[in-house]
Amino acid sequence: MGQIQLNQVSKSFGPVEVIPPLDLTIEDGEFVVFVGPSGCGKSTLLRLIAGLEDVSGGHVLIDGRDATEIVPAKRGLAMVFQSYALYPHMSVRKNIAFPLRMAGLDKAEQDKRVTQAAEVLNLTDYLERRPGQLSGGQRQRVAIGRAIVREPAAFLFDEPLSNLDAALRVGMRLEISELHKRLKTTMIYVTHDQVEAMTMADKIVVLQAGVIEQVGSPLELYQRPRNTFVAGFIGSPKMNLIRGAEAAKHDADTIGIRPEHIGISSTEGTWKGTVGVSEHLGSDTFFHVQCNASPEPLTVRATGEMALSYGSEVYLTPRQEHLHRFDAKGLRLE
Amino acid sequence: MATQHSRSAARVMMAPAVILLLGWMLVPLVMTLYFSFKQYLPLRGGDLGWVGFDNYVRFVTSSAFWPSIQATLAIVGGVLVITVILGTFLAMLLDQPMWGQGIVRILVIAPFFVMPTVSALVWKNLFMDPVNGLFAHLWKSVGATPIEWLSQASLPSIILIVSWQWLPFATLILLTAIQSLDSEQLEAAEMDGARWPSRFIYIILPHLSRAITVVILIQTIFLLAVFAEIFVTTQGSFGTRTLTYLIFQRVLESQNVGLGSAGGVYAIILANIIALFLMRIVGKNLDA
Ligand SMILES: Nc1ncnc2c1ncn2[C@@H]1O[C@H](COP(=O)(O)OP(=O)(O)O)[C@@H](O)[C@H]1O
Ligand SMILES: [Mg+2]
Repeated sequence: MGQIQLNQVSKSFGPVEVIPPLDLTIEDGEFVVFVGPSGCGKSTLLRLIAGLEDVSGGHVLIDGRDATEIVPAKRGLAMVFQSYALYPHMSVRKNIAFPLRMAGLDKAEQDKRVTQAAEVLNLTDYLERRPGQLSGGQRQRVAIGRAIVREPAAFLFDEPLSNLDAALRVGMRLEISELHKRLKTTMIYVTHDQVEAMTMADKIVVLQAGVIEQVGSPLELYQRPRNTFVAGFIGSPKMNLIRGAEAAKHDADTIGIRPEHIGISSTEGTWKGTVGVSEHLGSDTFFHVQCNASPEPLTVRATGEMALSYGSEVYLTPRQEHLHRFDAKGLRLE
Repeated sequence: MATQHSRSAARVMMAPAVILLLGWMLVPLVMTLYFSFKQYLPLRGGDLGWVGFDNYVRFVTSSAFWPSIQATLAIVGGVLVITVILGTFLAMLLDQPMWGQGIVRILVIAPFFVMPTVSALVWKNLFMDPVNGLFAHLWKSVGATPIEWLSQASLPSIILIVSWQWLPFATLILLTAIQSLDSEQLEAAEMDGARWPSRFIYIILPHLSRAITVVILIQTIFLLAVFAEIFVTTQGSFGTRTLTYLIFQRVLESQNVGLGSAGGVYAIILANIIALFLMRIVGKNLDA
C-alpha cells in the first residue's frame, strides 16, 4: 500500500513561504512526477513527504494515517537522492544491506534480499566494489537497490538522472519505468525535465513557485493545458503563444498553437512569413518563421525531408481544432 | 629534449636549497652521533676521548630510562585520546548552526596561540596552585582538601595542560572534515532507519577517519618533544621525566654531553619507529 495525501501542506523558510497551502492525493501504485522550473519547490515538497523537513502547516497522510509527526525512518518511504548519497566507505553490498541491518534483520535474510536486488539491477558483479569505483549509472542503480530492499510503501526520487549523460539518462528512464511496472509500488519522481515527466508519468503535477498549476495525465496536460504556464512548459519544442490582434480574432487574450499543429507551404496559407533558422533532426525539421501574426518567430515542425533555405518566403496554416485559447489571466478558455 | 634540459636546469637551481636543508639536518645529526661516542664533560675536563658504546649502555641501564619512556608514552597517548575524543565532540557542536558562531570558533581556537611556557604558568599558578589556585578554592568550597595537583597528580596535570593546548588543533581539523560531509548521506541514513548513534558510528566516524589519522600523526610528532610544560611545572619530578626531559637533564644539569647525545640517538630511533607505524596506518587510510 502506498497512498499519500497532502492536506493544506505548507512550508516556509523563515519569512519566505516556499510552498503555500497545497492539496494533493497520490493513489497507491501511481507513478507521479513533480515537474517545474528550478527553485519552484519540488525538492522541498518531496522532503516534506519524506519527513526530512517539518511542515509549517497542514498534514501528510500515508495510507490514511496522519504521518506529519512521524520520523522519516518510520514512514515506510525510500528516497533516492540526486547525489545518490551512497556511503563511500562501504562496499556496494553493505550499502544495499544498510537499511536491512538498521532494521535488525538477520544475516541470511539480508543476503537474500541484497542478492535479489542485485540481480534485478544487474549489480551482481559489483557487490564487493566501493561506490567510488563505479560509473554514474551503476551508482544510480546502487542507490535504487538500497531503496528497493526496504520494500517501501512508496519510492521518492529527487532528480535521479540529472547527473548522468544523455544516453545513460534515456536508458535509466526506461529501467525506472520498468521497475515501476514490475513492483507496482507508488513512485514520486521529481524532475525539471518535461521530457522525463511526459515519458514516465501516470500523473504529472506541474509546479510553479510552490503552487500546483495543473495535475493530470501526460496527454491531458498536452492536449488541454489549464493555463499559459503549463502550455509553455509541457511539450518540446514549446507551444507558440501569440498575443494581440491575432488572438483577438479568436476572442482570446492569448492563443497557443503547437509547432506540430502548423502546416507549412511555400504557395498558400493563413500567415505569410520568412524562414529563419532551421534545425534538422533527421526525422523532423524545426523552422523558426518570422510572420506578421506575431512579433516573436513561430516554431513550426515539418517532416525531415522538407528543406527551405534561410530567408525564403513561406505560408503557415494553424490547424483550428488544435488552437488553445487563454484569457487575460492566462487561464484556458473552452 | 626541452623537458630534459629544463629538468637538469631545475636540478641545478634547486641544488642550493637542497644542500642547505641537508646541511641543516645533517650537521646536528652527525654532531649528535659524534658526541654520543665520546666522554665529553664540558665542566669536568672537557673532551676525554672515545668511549665506544659506553654512553648508549649507560643511558638505557640508568634507572631513569624506562620510567622516562613510560612517561613519554603516557603523555603522548593521554593527550591524543583526550584531544581526539573531545575534538570530535567539539567539532560536531561547532558545526551546528548557532548564534555567535564566529566568536565561539575564535574562542575555541584561542588556546593554540598561547605559548606553551605561558599556558603552563597560567595553569600552574592560576588553576593548580594548592593554596591560591582556582581548583583549590573549588575544592575548599565543597569542604574537600585541595589536591596538590603537580605533585599528587603530576602526570594527569601535564596531560591536562598539553591537551588544552592541542585541543584547538584537533577541533579545527575535525571541524573542516565534518563540514565536508555531504548532508544527503546523513539524510539517507536517517531514512534508512539509522538512529543518531548509528549515524555517528557508520557515517560520521568513517568520514572522519582520515582527519583523525592526520591529527594523530601530526600531534604525535609534536607531543614527543613536549618540554616547556614540564620545565615550567614539575621540572621532571614526580614521574613526569619524559625522554626529552631526561636528555635535557643529562646534557645541561649533569653536564654530560656524550650521555645526552646517546639519549638523543635513542629518541631519534623511537620517533622513527612510531613514525613508521603511523605512516602505515595513514597510508592505509589515505588509500581507501
Ligand atoms: N533549507 C532552506 N532554507 C532556506 N531556503 C530554502 C531551503 N531549502 C530550499 N529553500 C528555497 O526554497 C525554494 C525551493 O527550493 P527547492 O525545493 O530545492 O527547489 P527545486 O527542487 O524545485 O529546484 C528555493 O527558492 C530555495 O532557495
Ligand atoms: Mg531540487
